[in-house]
Amino acid sequence: MYRETEILKQPGAGEPDVFGDMIINIGPQHPSTHGVLHLVITLNGETIKKVEPHLGYIHRSIEKMCESLSFRQFIYVTSKMDYLSSHINNHGCCLCVEKGMQIEVPARAQVIRVLMDELTRLASHQLWWGAGAMDIGALTPFFHAFREREMINDIMEETCGTRLTMNYMVPGGVMVDVHPNFQGRVHEFIKHFKTKIDEYDELLTGNVIFQNRVKGVGYLSKEDAISYGCTGPTARGSGVSCDIRKLYPYEVYSKLQFDEVTETGGDCLARYLVRMKEMRQSLSIVEQLIDNIPEGDVQAKTKAVLKLPKGEYFSRVETARGEFGVYIVSEGGTTPYRIKFRSPGYSNLSALDHMARGGKIGDLVAIMAMIDLVIPDIDR
Amino acid sequence: MNKEVLKIKLTELFPTATFDESGEWLNITIAPADFLSAAEILRNKIELGFDYLFCVTCVDWKTHLTMVYHLESTLYRHHLVVKVQLDRTKPELETVSHIWRTAEFNEREAYEMFGVNFLNHPDLRLLILPDGWEGRNPMRKDFEDPVNMIKL
Repeated sequence: MYRETEILKQPGAGEPDVFGDMIINIGPQHPSTHGVLHLVITLNGETIKKVEPHLGYIHRSIEKMCESLSFRQFIYVTSKMDYLSSHINNHGCCLCVEKGMQIEVPARAQVIRVLMDELTRLASHQLWWGAGAMDIGALTPFFHAFREREMINDIMEETCGTRLTMNYMVPGGVMVDVHPNFQGRVHEFIKHFKTKIDEYDELLTGNVIFQNRVKGVGYLSKEDAISYGCTGPTARGSGVSCDIRKLYPYEVYSKLQFDEVTETGGDCLARYLVRMKEMRQSLSIVEQLIDNIPEGDVQAKTKAVLKLPKGEYFSRVETARGEFGVYIVSEGGTTPYRIKFRSPGYSNLSALDHMARGGKIGDLVAIMAMIDLVIPDIDR
Repeated sequence: MNKEVLKIKLTELFPTATFDESGEWLNITIAPADFLSAAEILRNKIELGFDYLFCVTCVDWKTHLTMVYHLESTLYRHHLVVKVQLDRTKPELETVSHIWRTAEFNEREAYEMFGVNFLNHPDLRLLILPDGWEGRNPMRKDFEDPVNMIKL
C-alpha cells in the first residue's frame, strides 16, 4: 500500500544511476503544465523512475497576507488561488466567516450562490476538457470548449462585473442581485449546452486514439487515493465517495436532485468520465434552480466590522478540483490570527509521483491533464 | 461515533491526552513523545479508522508552535482534530508520512514555513521556497523581510 516509502528507504534509491538514468526538467515554463510548475523527472529510457515537483514559482503567501486583512477583505484574495473556481473559493471563505458569526443567509442568496458555483464548475470542466484534450494531442476540442465557456463568462460578466475572479460573494449573501438578463441567458446556455455536451462525447470520449492514451494510464487505487488525500474527480475516479456537496451539504444542496459520480477504474479514463458526467449533473442542478430563485433579500444584515469570536472554524466546499477547506483561527479581533487553505490541487499533485512511476514519459502529460492541475491553487 | 462516544473511547486509549469540545469537532492534544504511536492507533484501530488526513497545518502562538491534524474516517464519517504542542526554539516531531501519504508534502510545507523538523521524514527539503531560505521561516509571526515583505 505504501510503496514509495519502502523504495525511498533503500540506500541509493532514487539516486541517478550513471549508466542508465537521465534527469529531465519539465517546466517551469511548459505548455502542458498550465502554469509555472517545475517537474524534475528521473528517467530510465522512457520509463519514469521518479517525479519530483518543485513548487513556489507563483507563491504569493496568501495565508500570510490574510493575517493582516479583515474578515471582509481576505475573501477577495482567495479568488486568485484557484482562479477557475473563484466563486467556490469565495463561497468556502464566506461559509467559514458565517459559521463564526452565526449569520443566516437569505434563501435567495443561497440559491444564487449555488447557481454561480455550478456555472463555475461547468466553466472549469469545459476548460479542463479543452486544454486536457489539447495536451493529449487533439486540438479541435479546445475551440469547442471555449465557445461554450465564453457564454458562461458573459453571464458572469453581466452579473458580477468580471469574467474570471468574480469576488461576488460576501459574508451574509451575495454582493448585488443578479442582472435582469441572468435567467434568460442561463436558459439560453442550458439549451445550447445540452446538445453540445453530447457533441463533446462524440468528438472525444469514444475516439480510439484518445482511449488508448488514457485507458489504464496512471492507476491510483482507492486506498492510495484516500491516503494521499486526493479529492474531487481524481479520487472519485478511484471509487472514493468524497463529494462534499453530498456528504456535508451546504446551502441548498440537500434539497437538490443530483448524483455523486464515481467510477471504479482508477485510471485516467475514469477521471475523465467522472468529469464528463459531473458536467451533466451540474447542468441538471442549474436547470432545477434557475426557475426557482425565491424572492427576497440577497444579503443578510451584518455589522460593518466583523469580529469572529475566539475559536477555530473550518468550512469545506467542493470545487471543480476537489475539497477546498478554510481553517480560521480567531483571537477575537478584526483580522484572522491564522488562516489555512486546504487546497485540493496540493494533495492531488502529491499523488502524481505515485501515478506516474513505472509509466512512460508520454503518459505523464496525460496524467497531469486528467488531474486538472491549477498551479496558483497549489502554490497559494 | 459522535463527539461524546468518541471522547470516551479515546480517553481509554490515551489517558494522558487532554480534550476540548468547544469546536465543531472533537479536539485532542497529545504530547509530542506519544504522537507517533497515537497516530498509528488512530489510523489502524478498526473502530476508529481515521484514514483520511484532510488538513495539516501549524499555528505559531508566539510562545510555542501547535501542529494541527484534521482527521476523518471515510467509513464512519467521524472527525478528530489532533493537536501537538511543540517547543518554539527547537520544534521536532515524528513524521506520519508513512501512515498518511498526504502528510509528506504537507510536512514539507510546515518545515519550510514554520521550521518544524520532522524526524524520519523520507525527503525533508524545501518545496516552495527557493534554495538558500533555510533557517528563515516566513509564516512565523516574527518573520521580517525588508525586501519582499508585503504589508497591507
